Amino acid sequence: MNVLELAKEKISSGERLNFDEILALYEDNDLLYLAESARRVKESKTGKKIFYTVNRHINLTNVCKANCPLCAYQCRSGSNRAFTLELDDVEKILRDASRIKNLSEIHIVSSLHPEKNFSYYLDAVKLVKKFLPHVGINAFTPVEIVNFAQISGKNFSEVLSELIKAGVTSLAGGGAEILSERVREIICPKKCSAAEWLEVMRTAHKLGLRTNASMMYGHIETIEERIEHLLKLRDLQDETKGFQAMMLFPFHPENTELGKKFNLRRVGSWEDLKMLALSRLVLDNFAHFKAFWIMLTLPIAQLALSFGADDLDGTIGEEKIIHAAGAKSSSGITREALEKIISEAGFQPVERDSFYREVL
Amino acid sequence: MFVRGELEKIERKVLNGKRLSREDGEFLFNCNELTWLGSLADYVRKKICGDLVYYNVNCHVNLTNICRARCKFCAFGRGAEDKGSYAMTIDDAIKLVEEANRDPHLSGLHIVSGLHPTWSFENYLAFVEVLHEKFPRLHIKGFTGVEIQHFANISGLSVEKILIRLKEAGLEAIAGGGAEILTDRVRNLLCPKKCSADQWLNVARTAHKLGIKTNASMLYGHIETFAERVEHLIRLRELQDETGGFQTFICFPFLPKNTALEKEIKQTSMWDDLRTMAISRLMLDNFQNIKAYWVMLTVPVAQVALSFGANDIDGTIHRENILHDAGATSPRSLAEDEIIRIIREAGRTPAAVDCNFNIRRIIT
Repeated sequence: MNVLELAKEKISSGERLNFDEILALYEDNDLLYLAESARRVKESKTGKKIFYTVNRHINLTNVCKANCPLCAYQCRSGSNRAFTLELDDVEKILRDASRIKNLSEIHIVSSLHPEKNFSYYLDAVKLVKKFLPHVGINAFTPVEIVNFAQISGKNFSEVLSELIKAGVTSLAGGGAEILSERVREIICPKKCSAAEWLEVMRTAHKLGLRTNASMMYGHIETIEERIEHLLKLRDLQDETKGFQAMMLFPFHPENTELGKKFNLRRVGSWEDLKMLALSRLVLDNFAHFKAFWIMLTLPIAQLALSFGADDLDGTIGEEKIIHAAGAKSSSGITREALEKIISEAGFQPVERDSFYREVL
Repeated sequence: MFVRGELEKIERKVLNGKRLSREDGEFLFNCNELTWLGSLADYVRKKICGDLVYYNVNCHVNLTNICRARCKFCAFGRGAEDKGSYAMTIDDAIKLVEEANRDPHLSGLHIVSGLHPTWSFENYLAFVEVLHEKFPRLHIKGFTGVEIQHFANISGLSVEKILIRLKEAGLEAIAGGGAEILTDRVRNLLCPKKCSADQWLNVARTAHKLGIKTNASMLYGHIETFAERVEHLIRLRELQDETGGFQTFICFPFLPKNTALEKEIKQTSMWDDLRTMAISRLMLDNFQNIKAYWVMLTVPVAQVALSFGANDIDGTIHRENILHDAGATSPRSLAEDEIIRIIREAGRTPAAVDCNFNIRRIIT
């Protein structure tokens, strides 16, 4: 039996795939085989249910000291695109958000502002907690947590504990990019290291925080590096069981330094769906996979439901980060529209809260 | 389980090379097993056409958008006095083709236009004659069944005579549009001034007998029922049994923007697009090629369609007009290297073809 046959054998008996088998499946490039296998895994975990949530994103600022070549969102202070929300501005957003029926989650991710101190971020969280005491606060990626530790002189555990006390209920999954130092040196040299990203997640999980995980692919990484990335996430999940959902981000090269420098083009929908299905097969210990429609566009996100995804994320409101990189999707969607997309694909729409509990 | 049993029955038929019935087709449109459908269609695609994906380096020439048919689903046609109406002169057409012809790979022209209320058949014919004479290297595919029937009506000549004269002028193949849905119920509602279903099929039949290959198409996602989609596919399949003259089948999802149906009808989903593509591949067992027309489907959907039965991704186009008037969000042209990249990412081999599917270059 060759490696590919062995991989398929393992998939049909539900056994775990190793590095070589994953690579063989990638190279085999049988899109619909991967889709059917991934959908079977999805259905064994969540049946016909497809989750979505009513959420709002808040991006506090786009002024950033990391200046990653992969990013089209960040800018320097003084740029005409620069914005930084003060607490009054956040309060205004929250007053609007408090009128949304069944709002389940506020999602806060931002850049690394060169002057704001840790208490600025803490105060923003406290404000959310004050206005929306029953809403989940999914906030900050490990990249931001590492920054908070640096600017406050505290360790990860102390930073996370203070955030939990302020009201954070789960950590965002971004900033993982590709968990390889070679890749990070090129695409985000000033961002936290792969080891730090994983260590923040480990610490958060130990403190009882659930977190998401992600991968950004389609830039300068090799296929082997993508697979190693997935295996690092799988290993940590074995250890802590703290990851809730996995998200895949195709790299949008428009308006980025990285895109220009390496003359990158966005990978095709084929690659997006293939990576989704393959990752669903690799990460056998993850409960949920998001088809993040903002990144994929709605039509592809709908199709992703046949490729192993079980969560369309949320209604979102106003999204800034990905649209800065030329995303063509709209920046918000109604609950009815999400439900229709799910039903049309033959699945059952389920509104969830921040912890995948069904909202009745 | 009834449904599971039905799926298995259809799967066995396909794997044994048996023809699917009308009932099978209707069942498939009502089942929601998208990736299963895709796998079956992909199996048939592999068997019939192997791993090459065809594309062409072409230029669309739309001679005029002034049209007296004014079909409800069309955002391109206009009255002569309307804003944005145009009618090319022969010099305009030459200029456009000269510009596109700077690409040494350009292999063909695709000419489709409105039914101009005052142009004669000779007006249309002159474009073919001149373009063929000026650019003898370029293959000319032109005119849909609707235009051919229109030429017959306005000239008093038979369809056969029209086709013979066009062929003599340099036309090598007939375009596949204008079939819409080949039932008179749908056509009376949507495009009452266009040729009937029988007339459309008759033009194709006559062309095939004269040795002129044609394409076929289906415009879906408006007011037709699933049963009418199946009826349409079966009518094409029957004619193909008779003549063997169809080269490729193109699925056109209806784009409602800027049409008379904009308020009543929503654009199809990708789900429906891929399902329709796969079912078409399965029903049209006597068609060699199935085209994923990226202008309508968008590039991402067209790429994925390559695993739902398609083996043809159309062309570079140079400048698309008709569907961009209907709000198509895809680009107006694609660079050849982009088409090659899309096909390769899908693990297939790109092959540039002319309008009669003769392979010009295989990109290894």
